[in-house]
Amino acid sequence: MFNLVRRIQGGVHPDARKDLSVGPEIAYLPVPERLYLPLRQHAGAEALPLVKVGDLVLKGQLLAASPSEVSAPIHAPSSGRIVEIGPILAPHPSGLNVNGIVLECDGEDRWIELDVPADPFSLSPQVLAERVAQAGVVGLGGAIFPAAVKLKQGTRHEIKTVIINGSECEPYLTTDDRLMRERAAEIVEGARLIQHILRAYSIVIAIEDNKPEALEAMKAASAHHGAIEVMAIPALYPMGSAKQLIFEVTGREVPAGGRSTDVGVLVHNVGTAYAIQQALRYGKPLISRVVTVSGSCVKNPANLEVLIGTPAQTLMDACGGLIGKPAQFMLGGPMMGTVVPSLQIPVIKGATGLLALSEDELPRKDVSPCIRCSRCVDACPMGLTPLEMAVHARADDLDSAGESGLRDCILCGCCSYVCPAHIPLVQYFQYAKGKQDERRGTERKNSYIKQQTEARAARLAEEEAAKAAAKAAKKAAAAKPKKEVES
Amino acid sequence: MSQSIAAGPFAHDRSSVDRIMLQVCLALVPATLFGLVMFGWPAINLWIITCASALATEAACLHLMGQPQRRLLDGSALLTGWLLAISLPPWAPWWIGVGGSVFAIGIGKQLYGGIGQNIFNPAMLARVALLIAFPLHMTTWALPAPLFSAGAPGFLEGLSITFGGMPLTDSMVGATALGNLKTELTLNHTADEILSKSFSFWSAFFGTTAGSMAETSEFLLLLGGGWLIAKKIIHWEIPVSMLLAVFVMGVIAQQANPAGYPGGFYHLASGGLIMGALFIATDPVTSPVSRTGRLIFGVGCGVLVYLIRTWGNFPEAVAFAVLFMNALTPLIDRYWRPRAYGRNARGKPLVAAKWTSQVKEVDKV
Repeated sequence: MFNLVRRIQGGVHPDARKDLSVGPEIAYLPVPERLYLPLRQHAGAEALPLVKVGDLVLKGQLLAASPSEVSAPIHAPSSGRIVEIGPILAPHPSGLNVNGIVLECDGEDRWIELDVPADPFSLSPQVLAERVAQAGVVGLGGAIFPAAVKLKQGTRHEIKTVIINGSECEPYLTTDDRLMRERAAEIVEGARLIQHILRAYSIVIAIEDNKPEALEAMKAASAHHGAIEVMAIPALYPMGSAKQLIFEVTGREVPAGGRSTDVGVLVHNVGTAYAIQQALRYGKPLISRVVTVSGSCVKNPANLEVLIGTPAQTLMDACGGLIGKPAQFMLGGPMMGTVVPSLQIPVIKGATGLLALSEDELPRKDVSPCIRCSRCVDACPMGLTPLEMAVHARADDLDSAGESGLRDCILCGCCSYVCPAHIPLVQYFQYAKGKQDERRGTERKNSYIKQQTEARAARLAEEEAAKAAAKAAKKAAAAKPKKEVES
Repeated sequence: MSQSIAAGPFAHDRSSVDRIMLQVCLALVPATLFGLVMFGWPAINLWIITCASALATEAACLHLMGQPQRRLLDGSALLTGWLLAISLPPWAPWWIGVGGSVFAIGIGKQLYGGIGQNIFNPAMLARVALLIAFPLHMTTWALPAPLFSAGAPGFLEGLSITFGGMPLTDSMVGATALGNLKTELTLNHTADEILSKSFSFWSAFFGTTAGSMAETSEFLLLLGGGWLIAKKIIHWEIPVSMLLAVFVMGVIAQQANPAGYPGGFYHLASGGLIMGALFIATDPVTSPVSRTGRLIFGVGCGVLVYLIRTWGNFPEAVAFAVLFMNALTPLIDRYWRPRAYGRNARGKPLVAAKWTSQVKEVDKV
């Protein structure tokens, strides 16, 4: 209400615990024996495998192609032999299997011949966007939305500002921080390539003010380029959410139900900018990423650059293994990450972190009734009333839940974080959103069936009418000569 | 409720309902101690019996409703009993305290479904019920007689006041500032005259006057309430807007007719206003959740307090005003939601057109 200083509303300050893993430089992991590659590591349709069991593949070779626009291909992270195409353990709390490709590495790590463009800046935006699509780059901040789709959409709008998201507001995670400190020049070039593709006017690299070294490094790397601003933004969760970041940087609010492009902005994560630079400058597909391995149950927390598909256990071993009694493993940060059933799951493109948390790092589970303290309302960065949404969601009243804010909810978890009654608000919202999707799907199906039935009825009626008309015409033709005779 | 939680976040600020309740109790300690000392043994007896019967009623209700007994430890019943006790006349007989607690917890809270479900503030509901049922006992105000001072009742005398039904002599009781003004105004004295004879702002502010058990020391209540605001246990909007509304109305009325109306400071330092604004109206269960809602709620309480005090039948008004606004809380919550990101105040999506333009179709990739 009294937003005199431009500042996002709500938000929380969770215990950052970034000091655990931020110290050491990014380390490289040797090629593991086997890589497990789920066919869907991105938002959208599952990729279609192009190889068969027994095939020998080279590092960077295309293994599975994207069947539609919103999808991403999968490449071989190392050279070796395909040993299995079928169900593998999914990086998902359910512990269910998903379709995937298992690659047995030969340890030689031989690259396929890469198509390296002379100067990416001389290529047209369309060609560059297509190359990003072919490299299988997805949003590496955790959203895993295919990067090329965003770039292509962006070219349809006037984009004023490209925001490179270096806020990294999730606790524990330090991948973006390390990446910015160590590979600033590459990130800046990636940002400039994105700007080139979108024909945007300016670039803002937004970094939370709790990362002074990263700010320094990015400023130094972008100093000799024009139209790049490195901006320190206050450390506040969920600053890294696109909507909040756009407001913080530009003062504009993305309209409800709209996209960033509606306000002339496109946001890409620093990791994505780096991957785009690698793809366009060196022709390298996305086959590895930096992962933070942290949590109080990890002996030596660190950031590792690992091949996609590496089993989580290998990462943990590289960090000295587990200490104490881990109560929970997670992919991603504690606020929005997913619980994983074991360390058998592979690292996927969207894995920002691998956490082993002890019991006392986790929240209490004793749920008590809501006392309407409205801390969730104060904490909500979207200006919603989570306590009301939860009441409606629990009662399966999806319309009222949507009305009271579920439609705008970004599932950031600020409300659950501050709830003194420990009510699992986000769980209710995810449930209700799932239900809503289900209902929308059914509605779509029903309306399609209705449309088809009506079309069929119309066609039959038309045929009937045509038949009748033909009959009448025939009759008339038969009657006509008679008349003539009569006259 | 399912305990196998698959959804995040897996981090928490370590707050809890019991800690919130206990912090509110803690904030009441200074004013309560002061009140107990000022009004001596009968007040101590009444405070103990009221809090204890609130806890006993809660335990009985939880048992009857088949809810876990550990809910007793969340502190909410203690707080309700405490708030009721300190809003009672300090030398009231024991059955006022017990009856009030049973009514507050049993009917005001548990009948609605327990913690978080009640529409009205239980303590104020009980206070109003008592006031209507036992007007004489609820308006017999003991004069302050600090513990161990010459005229103060001893321990045994205290017991017989609270439990023995010992009648209070005229020298022990007096009128509150609000009651006195009300009576005197009907005798055609001007407000200036009455106040200059009987009212001193500073003694009212620090609490050496007649009144409910712990409502008299505005200073200590402000101290406790200020601490709660600083700790973000309560929001500032309700107390500030409520007090401001009373103050402004008092000032305006006094400017218009100094003979008929006392000023804003008189109202702030009298009766249960400060206690009500900081500890009663801010009860989260029965107040709105949005900032605008809370401001409206606070102003509503303040205006009602002033109207009832000035023109109503009862000299004291906080309980009535808060209960009335409690009834409006669902309505306020419905119509004054916070503005959602990307929407205007009426909930419609913002318009994008002014920020960017669609590039021509030809340019599509």
